[in-house]
Amino acid sequence: MNQRIGVYLCRCGANIGGVIDVSAVAEYVRSLDGVAIVRENGFMCSESGQELLVNDIKDHGLDRVVVAACSPHLHEETFRMAAVRAGLNPFLVVVCNVREQIAWIADSGQAASVRAQSQVAATVARVGYQREIVPERVPVNPATLVVGGGIAGIEAALRIASAGYGVYLVEQGPSLGGHMAQLDTTFPALECGACILTPRMSAVAHHPGITLLTMSEVEAVAGGIGNFTVRVRTNPRSVSPELCNGCGICEEKCPKRVVDTGHNAGLGNRKAIHFPFAQAVPFVPVLERSDCLYFSTGKCRLCEKFCPTGAIDLKEKEVFREIGVGQIIIATGYSLFNAARISQYGYGRFADVFSALEMERMLSSIGPTGGKVVRRDGITQPKRVAIIHCVGSRDRNYHEYCSKVCCMYSLKFARQIMEKTGAEVFNFYIDIRTPGKGCEEFYHQLQEKGGYFIRGRVAMVMEAAFTVTEEGHLIVQVEDTMIGRTRRIPVDMVILSPAMEPRGDAVQLATKFGLSCDVNGFLSEAHAKVSPVATMNPGVLIAGCCQGPKDIAETVAQAGAAAGQVLATIARGEVVIDPVRATIDADHCCGCRICNDLCPCQAITYDGERKISKIITLLCCGCGTCVAACPSGVIDMGQFTGDQVVAEIEGLLRTRSGDTTHGI
Amino acid sequence: MKYAYYPGCSSETLSSGYEVSLQAVSHLLGLELVTIPDWNCCGATEYMAVSRLASYAVAARNLALVPEDCHTVVASCSACFLNLKRVEVVMTDYPEVGEKVNEAMAAGGLSYGPGRLQIRHILDVFLRDIGLEHIQEQVTKPLSDLQVAPYYGCMLVRPTSCFGQPEYPVGMDTLLGALGAVPLDFSLRGYCCGGHLPQIKADTGFEIIHRILNNAEKEGANCIAVACPVCQLNLDLYQRDVNLRYGTNFEFPVLFFTQLMGLAFGLKEEELGLDLEAMTGGRLLGEARSQHDTSGYPGDGEALGGNREEIS
Repeated sequence: MNQRIGVYLCRCGANIGGVIDVSAVAEYVRSLDGVAIVRENGFMCSESGQELLVNDIKDHGLDRVVVAACSPHLHEETFRMAAVRAGLNPFLVVVCNVREQIAWIADSGQAASVRAQSQVAATVARVGYQREIVPERVPVNPATLVVGGGIAGIEAALRIASAGYGVYLVEQGPSLGGHMAQLDTTFPALECGACILTPRMSAVAHHPGITLLTMSEVEAVAGGIGNFTVRVRTNPRSVSPELCNGCGICEEKCPKRVVDTGHNAGLGNRKAIHFPFAQAVPFVPVLERSDCLYFSTGKCRLCEKFCPTGAIDLKEKEVFREIGVGQIIIATGYSLFNAARISQYGYGRFADVFSALEMERMLSSIGPTGGKVVRRDGITQPKRVAIIHCVGSRDRNYHEYCSKVCCMYSLKFARQIMEKTGAEVFNFYIDIRTPGKGCEEFYHQLQEKGGYFIRGRVAMVMEAAFTVTEEGHLIVQVEDTMIGRTRRIPVDMVILSPAMEPRGDAVQLATKFGLSCDVNGFLSEAHAKVSPVATMNPGVLIAGCCQGPKDIAETVAQAGAAAGQVLATIARGEVVIDPVRATIDADHCCGCRICNDLCPCQAITYDGERKISKIITLLCCGCGTCVAACPSGVIDMGQFTGDQVVAEIEGLLRTRSGDTTHGI
Repeated sequence: MKYAYYPGCSSETLSSGYEVSLQAVSHLLGLELVTIPDWNCCGATEYMAVSRLASYAVAARNLALVPEDCHTVVASCSACFLNLKRVEVVMTDYPEVGEKVNEAMAAGGLSYGPGRLQIRHILDVFLRDIGLEHIQEQVTKPLSDLQVAPYYGCMLVRPTSCFGQPEYPVGMDTLLGALGAVPLDFSLRGYCCGGHLPQIKADTGFEIIHRILNNAEKEGANCIAVACPVCQLNLDLYQRDVNLRYGTNFEFPVLFFTQLMGLAFGLKEEELGLDLEAMTGGRLLGEARSQHDTSGYPGDGEALGGNREEIS
């Protein structure tokens, strides 16, 4: 091969240049076959770096380019577009990651430099086998799937639908609303949560462009950006939304009463068949089969007997449907940390220890207590209330991260409890974190109104009284780090502010949609700063607390951003298919069909007439399973062809005199 | 299962009831305890205050004497457990200290290679290695008439706890439950018993003991279970002094959890050293059991729906 390869070594300020001896790498690379030019540069991604590349390609007639810089996830696109400007096919440019994979993790500069030499040599060897590719373009299906019917999902669905495109909104529960529907007021303006949320819920229900699928979950996803096929399972509600007139007789007649662990967070009771809550959308009851007498004993059927419209269907079965969409927004929200795990705080042990969601329901005027703040006995008003911040957050035993919203909702509780009961309220905090418009002001107001603040992580909540004044109270034991002493504060009620944590099924969800989870288990965005709602799987976007703890305003902003990206893709009308796809050499396929069943994307079909297997490019996810399995070795993976991979390995193993470690 | 066993000084004197009952129930459960030959005092809390290096060497000598074929050392006293564990951790994490300790032991022709042994408390061995299921199989006389305050004290669960939260450990609760007894939600379970304070500063020491006994009484306990000789000593021996000082009338049998295991396994009181306590636990236990009230523990059935969960 007579090639002219240009190699560009980026120092990335001190990121690479401070660790790797870039000049030594340059000197080594100059000796490699086919290398026409080697350049060192401070910031290759900058305008001047890109211009250098463009001019060299033109002036020196380069036909292959290697850029040794950061992860290709960050700037592969940047360098390839620069090559296009110079008239070179973008796939003849390969990025070698010497920052994240070498400089940032190296034990010493020496090892990093040796390893960088091997890595760049490998890329130089590979780039010779890169081929010009003109990627396939496919039209985008303008329909969008939104998973999760909380505020994030609602917002995203409404925005896309209002632009005139179809949305499928899939919600696991019986109603839209999510966690926000449980909140009484929102901080810092103490604005009624329902007044903001419920009109949006009903807008979703009435929007002709939105197909709302409650009681539903995504079973499987196939395809890629532009053309996903999604299989959705709808679980039986046992009440027909078409026939139900919302009269509520079924709920009234149902003899089975259970603790409402759903909407009311364990406070108060509900029936086995019940409306999810007063403003539920759709306003149709749900029969919880695990609670229902008929399903446990085979007798009862009172709801069915009394329903005036014959809407009860006890034989209803789950329904599966296949939906075709171009893009997907995941907005599945969070779970609340189970405060009982920190047993010394007494949740689940002491009646008067409440979790934040229980408190939200208690403060709600349409909640189980009608908005009255009372102890677990349902009557007594508390005179002294403790609010414990950071329960499960900022705690290495549970979640090291800050859950971001707990300070503000704790202050909101303090304010509301003081106003409703006149009780003394003690906030036990580590640091008060109140960023955001109007939040610090809210904190100051509370201090002026006489809220108490004690800085220190609570050791435990106990019933054991040490003095007469402590008798009959819950005692909060804490080290007050402001005065450097241990204090014991007797109270009547304790509210725990638990962490927001990833949903229990976050990993399965990520697997299903081809996403990854971060170290805390939340879904990972493509880039924390410049691509916060896209993911590594093109066409799948994330919004709201499934990505990490955040408040309502931030959630809505993310949902809007995700919707905007979806609309931009729809407006473009077509998407470029990533060329990392498998292809079968039709002339040499023996038709053994081994690959057919192995394909996890069902992308391989069998052509009975020609007796060969064929790959449907659109469905291929580029995993490489078929490539490895093909006994004739005739399946090729774009960008990972046999000759490319072998050349890369040979380049990596090329040894310099005296060095056999390759820096690994 | 074979374990090296470190009895500790108090096993021969104040807490011989612990030793006797431990041996009896271990035998029934098929636990082979090989006493470390020529073991010495672990250094207790005093030596640490005098000379750290000497205290490490004193404790490490016991580890050096552990027979080759044993990989786990079991202690019954919480302070012994902590001291042995501490020297193992220190020698592993700070090799320079380990060298000095070995230098000191070399005078006696001994050495210890850090990381060789696991140091565990006997309660942990019962819970994890023997298992509740196997323990339950041995129960012939369930302790259903006992409302037990499980008292862990401080050294068993600090700085690291293998029984749940250091402030609210629960491992012994599950064991007591398996014996048929009712373990109570007892807030001060992980509090210090006062250690040697009753001898050094009686006012503070007795106040601490009074709090613990008071908490046990408020929770409706008719028995206190302990896992450490000093806890037993303080809660048991000083009950009379506390009663005199605070005008209370505590009469708790304060028993080692191994004694309760023995009772549930159908062993006789004298086989379990139940006549050796200051408050004569055997007599008090008899009284407690005859007065047992079955009306149950208050606190359930709240009007707003319970948040009460099983503690596990």
